[in-house]
Amino acid sequence: MSDIAGTKPALRWVVHASVIFLVVLWVVPTLGLLISSFRTADQIATSGWWKSLFPSEQNLTLRSTAPDTQVLENGVYVIEGNLFDAGTTATISQWGVSSRAVDAFVPGDTAELRRGGTITVDAQGNYRMENSEEFTGSRGARVFVTAELPPEFTLANYHKVLLAEDSSDSMGRAFFNTLTVTIPATIIPILVAAFAAYALAWMDFPGRALLIAAVVGLLVVPLQLALIPLLKFHLNIGIGKGYLGVWMAHTGFGMPLAIYLLRNYMAGLPRDLIENARVDGATEFQIFTKLILPLSFPALASFAIFQFLWTWNDLLVAKVFLIDASGQTTVMTNQIVELLGTRGGNWEILATAAFVSIAVPLIVFFAMQKYLVRGLLAGSVK
Amino acid sequence: MHPALQGLLTIAIGVSGCVGYFYLSNQFLDKVLFPARGPNAGRNINRANMIRPWLFLFPALAALGLYLAYPVVETLRLSLTDRVPGGGYEWVGLENYIQMANEPKFWEAMRNNMFWLIIVPAMSTALGLLVAQLTDRIRWGNIAKSLIFMPMAISFVGASVIWKLVYDTRPAEQDQIGMLNALYIFFGGTEPQTWLTIPFWNSFFLMVVLIWIQTGFAMVILSAALRGIPEETVEAAILDGANPFQIFFRIKVPQIKTTILVVWTTITITVLKVFDIVFAMTNGQWETQVLANYMYDKLFRANDWGVGSASAMVIMLLVTPILIWNVRNARKEME
Repeated sequence: MSDIAGTKPALRWVVHASVIFLVVLWVVPTLGLLISSFRTADQIATSGWWKSLFPSEQNLTLRSTAPDTQVLENGVYVIEGNLFDAGTTATISQWGVSSRAVDAFVPGDTAELRRGGTITVDAQGNYRMENSEEFTGSRGARVFVTAELPPEFTLANYHKVLLAEDSSDSMGRAFFNTLTVTIPATIIPILVAAFAAYALAWMDFPGRALLIAAVVGLLVVPLQLALIPLLKFHLNIGIGKGYLGVWMAHTGFGMPLAIYLLRNYMAGLPRDLIENARVDGATEFQIFTKLILPLSFPALASFAIFQFLWTWNDLLVAKVFLIDASGQTTVMTNQIVELLGTRGGNWEILATAAFVSIAVPLIVFFAMQKYLVRGLLAGSVK
Repeated sequence: MHPALQGLLTIAIGVSGCVGYFYLSNQFLDKVLFPARGPNAGRNINRANMIRPWLFLFPALAALGLYLAYPVVETLRLSLTDRVPGGGYEWVGLENYIQMANEPKFWEAMRNNMFWLIIVPAMSTALGLLVAQLTDRIRWGNIAKSLIFMPMAISFVGASVIWKLVYDTRPAEQDQIGMLNALYIFFGGTEPQTWLTIPFWNSFFLMVVLIWIQTGFAMVILSAALRGIPEETVEAAILDGANPFQIFFRIKVPQIKTTILVVWTTITITVLKVFDIVFAMTNGQWETQVLANYMYDKLFRANDWGVGSASAMVIMLLVTPILIWNVRNARKEME
C-alpha cells in the first residue's frame, strides 16, 4: 500500500539516486585502501588511487643498461634495449636527457648525451645509443620520459607484508597471534554463558530476576574500569601478561552479552517442549545438552560472530593484558598502530597490513550476515 | 610451547573443563549428595533442584563478578588512593579528582567527549533511519544495506587507516593522494589542508569515522522496526491524503520512537568507550583528546593509577543513567 506513495516517478528516481550516492560514499574509502594495497610505493605517492584505474601520464626517470652491455657495430659502439621493465606497455609522449629539460624531445628524436654519444628513443621506450668511442662508467644514461602507462597492479606488497623476514613489518606472526587470541576467546564464553542462560531462562530459583537485571546492567559497564584492577589481579596470581590473561579477560568481558542474548533466545523456546522432557524423566543436564543447545544454534552463532569480530578487532584488551615488552605476542591491530607511527608515509605497507587484518572479519561478515543481523536485533536492549 | 599449540590446548582444556565441571557437578549432586532414592527421595529431589541453578550459574557469575563487578569497586577505591613509592597505597580522598579537574587536558577531553556524545549518536541514528527508509521499498535495497553495514566488521584501527588515507595531505605542488584534499582542490581550494591538525574541526573528522561505522548498526535495527509498523496506519494516512514526508515523520517515526531511543543509547555507550580511533589517528594531539584516551595516557604512559582511575570513574558516571534506564526497561519487560 505504501507503494502507492512511492509511485511518483520523480520521487522514485530521487530515492534511487540518493541510495546510490550513500552506498558510494560508504564504500569508496575502503575501496581506496584496497586498491592502494595493490600499487607500488611510487604509484601511491605520486597519484591518487582513483587515477590508477585509468591509463595515467607519468613523469619517470629511467636508465639505460650499463656500458658493459655495449657492442661494437661497424666501428660504432652501440647500446640497445627498452627503458621499461619487460611486460610494461607504455607510450612515451616526450622525453629528455637532462633533469632541467625533461620534455626537450619527442619520440624518434636523437639527443646528444652529456658524456658523449647520442641516444634515440621511440614511443615504445626502445632506445639506441651510439658513440664512436667506448661508453664509460658503471651506470647507464638517465632518460626522463613523460609516458602514458596502463593501470598496473602488484602483489608484491602482500608478499612483503606477510612473508617478510624483517619482523617489524611482518604481519604473518601477528596474524597467527590474533588467531590464537580469538578462537579460545570465542568458544569458551559461549559454553559458560549457555549454561547460565539456561538456568536464567528455565530454572526457578529465588533471585533470578535480580540476576537478570544485573546482567543487563553489566552489559554497559565500560571495560576501561577493569584494566588496572585486573592487570593487578593477573600479576598477583602469577599469569602476568600473556595469552591466558587475554583469554580470561575476553571471556569475562563477553559474558554479559552472551548471557543476555542466549537467555532471551532460550526463554522464547516453547514451554511444552521442555516440560514434556521433564515429565519424561530427562534430567536438567540432558534437557540442556540434547534439547536446548541444538535448538539455540542461531543464537549461539550470533554471539559467536559478535565475539569473534570483537576479539579480532580489539586493540585495548590486547595492549593491556597480552602484549609485553618483548613484542613477541603482538596482534594485528597493535602492529598496524605501530606501523602508523613508524611508517606513517609508507602507504603500501600500511594499506596492505590493514587489509590483511580486515579481510578475515569481512569474509565472516558476508558469509554470516544473517546471524549477525539476528543477533543485533536480539541484543539491543528493548 | 608454540602459542598456536597452546591455543589449541587451551580450547581443549577449556571446553573439556567446562563440560566436565557441569557434568560431574550434576552427577555429584544427583548421585552422592542428594540421591533420588531411599527414604528421603522426595526431599532430596527438591533440594537438588534448589542447588542446581547455582551449579549452572557459578562459572558465569564468577567471571561476571571478577571481571566486571569487582573492577568497578576496585577502580573507585584506586581513584581515592595514590601509590606510595616502594609499594602500598595511601588514602588521599578526592585529591586525584581535584588534580584532574585542574588539568586543561582533562577539560579538553570532556569538551570533546560532549561533542562526540551529541554528534555521533545523532548523525548515525539519523543516517541509519534515512537509509532504512530509502532502501525499504527498492529492489536492490538489501545489497545497499549490506554495503553500508559492512564497516561494522572493520576494526576501529582498520577504519582509522582507511580514513587516514582519505585525509592524507601532500605538498601543494604535488598531486593529492587523499580524497578529501583532491576534492577540496578540485572545487577551488588553494592550499591542501592537513585536516587532522586543525584544532576543533579535526575532532569532527575523527567523528566521521565512528559515524561511518555505526550507521550500519542503526540502519539494521531501524529497518527491522520500520517493517514492524502495522500497514493499516500507513494505509489510513495515504487515504487521508498524506504526502510521503508526512507519512514518514508523522506516522512512521512516532511508532518506532522506542527503537530510535535504544539505538541512540547503544551508540552513546560505544562513543563513551571510543579509544582506538583517537589513539590510532591523532593520539589526542591537536586538541582531539577524549576521555578514554586520556585515561589510557594516565594509566600506561604517566603511570598515574590514581588519576587514571578517577577518569575511568568519570566514564562510569556518564554511563550510569543509561545503565539504570536499561535495567528498568528490562525489568518492565519481564513482568
